[in-house]
Amino acid sequence: MQPDRLETPITAGDATDAHDVGGYLFAAEHVGKSFGAVKAVIDASLRLTAGEAHALVGENGAGKSTLVKMLAGVHEPDTGRLYLEGSAVQLSSPAIARDAGIAVIYQEPTLFPDLDVAENVFMGRMPKRSGGRVDRPLMLDQVNAVMNRLGVRLDPNRLTRGLSIADQQIIEIAKALTLDAKVIVMDEPTAALSSAEVARLFTVIETLRAEGAAVVFISHRLDEVFATCQQVTVMRDGRSVLTSPAAELTSDQLVRTMVGRDIEKRQAVQGVGSGDVVLNVDRLTREGKFVDISFEVRAGEIVGLAGLVGAGRTEIAQSIFGIDRYDAGSVTVSGAPLKKGSPTAAMAAGIGLVPEDRRQHGLVMDESIERNIVLASLKRVRSHGLIATTLSRDFATKWSERLQIKFNRLADPVSTLSGGNQQKVVLAKWLSRQPALLIVDEPTRGIDVGTKSEVHGLIQNLAADGVAVLVISSELPEVLLLADRILVIREGRLVHEFTNAQATEEAVIAAAAGVVAEVAA
Amino acid sequence: MSSNSGTATRPPRSLLRTLRRWESALVVILIAVIAFGTIESPNFLTTTTIFFGGLDIGQIAIMALPLTLIVITGEIDLSVAAMLGLSACVFGYAFEHGTGAGLAIVIALLVGALGGSLNGFLITRLGLPSIAVTIGTLTMFRGIAEVVLGNSEVTSYPTGLTVIGSKPIFAHLAYPFLFFLILAAIYALVLHKTAVGRSLYAIGLNKEAAFFSGIRVNRTKFILYLLSGVVCAFAGIVYALQNDSSIYTAGQGLELNVVAVVLFGGVSIFGGRGSVLGVVLSVLIVAASQVAFTLINISSEEQQIIFGVLLLFSVLVPNSAAGYRRVRAWINQGRTSAPAAGAEL
Amino acid sequence: MSATKAPELVTHSAPAARQHRVAETISRFRPAVIALLILLIFGGTTIKNSSFDGLSNIQAILSISAVYLLLSVGETMVIVTRNVDLSVGSTLGLSAFAVGEIYNHDPHMTMVVILLAGIGIGAFCGAIIGLITTVARVPSLVVTLAALYIIRGLDNIVGSGVQIEPSVIPHSLVSLGYSTVIGIPWLFVLVVVVALAAGFWMRSFPAGRELYAIGSDPEAAVLAGIPVARRVFTVFVISGALAGLGGVIFLAQQATVDSTAGTGYELVIVTAVVVGGVAIFGGSGSVIGAVLGALLLQVINQALVAAQISAFWDSAIAGAMLLAAISFDRLISFRASRALVATEGVSYVE
Repeated sequence: MQPDRLETPITAGDATDAHDVGGYLFAAEHVGKSFGAVKAVIDASLRLTAGEAHALVGENGAGKSTLVKMLAGVHEPDTGRLYLEGSAVQLSSPAIARDAGIAVIYQEPTLFPDLDVAENVFMGRMPKRSGGRVDRPLMLDQVNAVMNRLGVRLDPNRLTRGLSIADQQIIEIAKALTLDAKVIVMDEPTAALSSAEVARLFTVIETLRAEGAAVVFISHRLDEVFATCQQVTVMRDGRSVLTSPAAELTSDQLVRTMVGRDIEKRQAVQGVGSGDVVLNVDRLTREGKFVDISFEVRAGEIVGLAGLVGAGRTEIAQSIFGIDRYDAGSVTVSGAPLKKGSPTAAMAAGIGLVPEDRRQHGLVMDESIERNIVLASLKRVRSHGLIATTLSRDFATKWSERLQIKFNRLADPVSTLSGGNQQKVVLAKWLSRQPALLIVDEPTRGIDVGTKSEVHGLIQNLAADGVAVLVISSELPEVLLLADRILVIREGRLVHEFTNAQATEEAVIAAAAGVVAEVAA
Repeated sequence: MSSNSGTATRPPRSLLRTLRRWESALVVILIAVIAFGTIESPNFLTTTTIFFGGLDIGQIAIMALPLTLIVITGEIDLSVAAMLGLSACVFGYAFEHGTGAGLAIVIALLVGALGGSLNGFLITRLGLPSIAVTIGTLTMFRGIAEVVLGNSEVTSYPTGLTVIGSKPIFAHLAYPFLFFLILAAIYALVLHKTAVGRSLYAIGLNKEAAFFSGIRVNRTKFILYLLSGVVCAFAGIVYALQNDSSIYTAGQGLELNVVAVVLFGGVSIFGGRGSVLGVVLSVLIVAASQVAFTLINISSEEQQIIFGVLLLFSVLVPNSAAGYRRVRAWINQGRTSAPAAGAEL
Repeated sequence: MSATKAPELVTHSAPAARQHRVAETISRFRPAVIALLILLIFGGTTIKNSSFDGLSNIQAILSISAVYLLLSVGETMVIVTRNVDLSVGSTLGLSAFAVGEIYNHDPHMTMVVILLAGIGIGAFCGAIIGLITTVARVPSLVVTLAALYIIRGLDNIVGSGVQIEPSVIPHSLVSLGYSTVIGIPWLFVLVVVVALAAGFWMRSFPAGRELYAIGSDPEAAVLAGIPVARRVFTVFVISGALAGLGGVIFLAQQATVDSTAGTGYELVIVTAVVVGGVAIFGGSGSVIGAVLGALLLQVINQALVAAQISAFWDSAIAGAMLLAAISFDRLISFRASRALVATEGVSYVE
């Protein structure tokens, strides 16, 4: 099914920019997309040349994901246009985008674990031979041919269950190639990969380029960007602010362009660092996730865990809170050792965890606002052992007012709230327990600017009240704004610690990405 | 069950209000059935028929209560009636071998606890799917019952106990039904008014979020299965005494009736929704219908069709909105549906 | 035009790969293991029990199990797509009864019509179930449960007061029940042919492979453009049709039928299929395995009788086997995924 091509070809007066889109394999010109009040992308342009690897960089929240989804046909742009080989196109569904030759490799590929590699590549469009049977020899040949083109060894007869993420990505790439994809977008492909697998992926990208495809490479790892890509487009706050050949940029410039604003840093707070030690993590290790993590958080202190996606920070938090069991090391809360693998024990010790995934882990979406707020405090809204509706309602009302949650009725399902208000419900749930230690994982992901600053204020007030706070965030401005101390995690290890005074955004990014230069000692 | 099967989906949330109306709809249906029965037969509301109606539905009703909680957490237990049978047989065996009724009861309840624990262990510790496990234990319990009593039947229980099958209490209430009502009251209290009960809904709707909120999902589910075993064992004892008979086929095939009663009571098969009130109403409707239909000479076999239609109806109505949209989508074919806009940036 | 060869990645996930290979191998050889078990149990019983006449007992077993094997084929297809069909026993009973009724009215009805009638009734029931499952999006557990009631009720209505006399059944049908082809019961041959055809379809045809995809990951299947609703509908029709055919065979073998025909079959079938290696959540397993699983259960049954262990142990053992089978599968895959976690992930930067 071919995508709809608009009849009128582009003339110079059309776009506000006089770019000649005809020269590009694919171009997104000044596209924008909003979801209700949230303006995910305001004005972004991306121009891809055949045979090039083009990096798309920017902080979390800059709009990269949404831009990619527009390429993938998941969303249609509200403003601006998309062009394929010079003609405007409408990618109104993923199937249409696929037919147009655009393939997106997501971080978590979805394969059929019970089927083998060859069937995964060809599912839904299997080649047939006489009598309608699957032409398995042809399938195997084609898969082997593609694998050879990519320079990768993967047995097409092998079931995909248990394959590493790296191999799963290769299969997705193979799928794209058999579909004659010309534009291949890779969304944070290296987050879960080892260095050997990353090297393999780079070779694959070279092959794709040599065959004339355009590869879009989204990554936070600037060293990889410079190693692989010829062009770089930087996005910031929903706009594409810079497009330049990689050779003409230094990583310093790149980082500054990504950040590009005055960073508000946390004002040094009196007496911070002198509170009692609330959390002590000693040589915490979980096989395959993180190694030898040791740090402390004191009362009244905000410690930030910075690092790239996939570095292992969420896993650390979840191990502390007892969601996962760690393999070695210990956790002590206010001097007492904490039982591992038991959220109940963690909560009894006074820990709360605001999880990274709000919808899956933080909230029961189909339940009411009231019930979500009360969920972790059910024992507190009882009288004579039975849950009292008035107590429950008052509890929820009190805390929703305190956090200024905007809602219609307490009985409404929490799914009807905006992202920001949903996050506040999660916070209400935990704050109402008056924890000694609050761990917040990505406190402002996917919420609007106004609520963002409200949440920041909440966290700061918490610390002022003597609560120990551990903040995990991939948004550096946020970490710098909130944290008294910043711990940088890279590939499962604690690689650097900054005090607030020492930290600069460049330094933190450098430490997180492993770029050696310019790290303040 | 929360497993996502090939085509089934959870109905949208706006239908919570529909569910709230579900209990109301049940009340209406109950009244209709009673009216129907009264019109069709003068014998409908007599003490005798009420007594026998309660007697007949007793075991199914009792077994429906623990199953309600289990289904709310998103699981299922198909071994309920087989446990009834096993317990009836163990009870009979023990009694026959001279242990005396009291000890026999204790032994039977212990067997229930053991069986329930087996289910609980396999489902929570090994993480096996509850449908498969309880099909296995259903077969196994029934089989062990067969081994225990073979083809023989134990009868001649002490008349002091078998009176529950022959004499009413409070003029027309059958003892088994009374037990059901008492248990229902307890279950309603636990489900709707305790912290544990509230947590069941959370587990059924999103067990990860429940776990992240400090709810001990596995321990809770294990206890539910343990209780199910005990309560079903109790139902088995009641069965044995009420019918003055223990035989290995006791309760055979009833598991599906129990599931039907629970689903018809408004408990969602996907988990996270339902009330004890709904199940009680469902029990009453089924009991009244059985009496009414028998009085007008609809055979129990024919009544089964009605059961099946009721069951379908109880799931179709919540899903009808989704189904309608689906049919329309089929008509406007060609569009691949795009996933909903996320809040990610 | 190929770029430099990418570095080999063999060593990195080797232990995990090995564990998964183990799991894969076990599932591939499971049917063979079951076949071996069957031979062992049968052989052991023959040797131990001199009065156990090997040959005629093989024939008896094959004959008795024909219906179960047939139903297992349809059930496999359904379960592979992550659904379940609990109505097969009722459908079988309805079909047997209806066909008997036809004979009641016309004892000379031709075989072809009889077969079509039986299959047709079954297919019709399956179609309704399939429609409700796919269009109304009702979980198949519930739909087939309801169908079980409704069909059995219909069965009773159709059959109330009606008795199918053996005399009404023509010899042509009854002889099917016991006639043999080179010593193998004809019915069994029929069933094997059906099973092989179904297995072949599922293994070698795109639509068959898509069934596995649907069970493996239903959402990914939709994204891959597989017509999920159509496929699921089809498997329910097939399951129903086979149950209908089973009804005709049942009639041929029993030569009489009442309204309890087929009661309880569904649970036996599901047990057999899972023991035979079909995952209860779909996505894997083979028709061959399922059929062998059904045969195994029947062989154990007979062995118990012959060994004069009370046949009462039969159900208990079947139940225990189901539990053992799924526990075993779970432990294998658990160990494999743990091995994966241990080896991939954190890289030690040089």
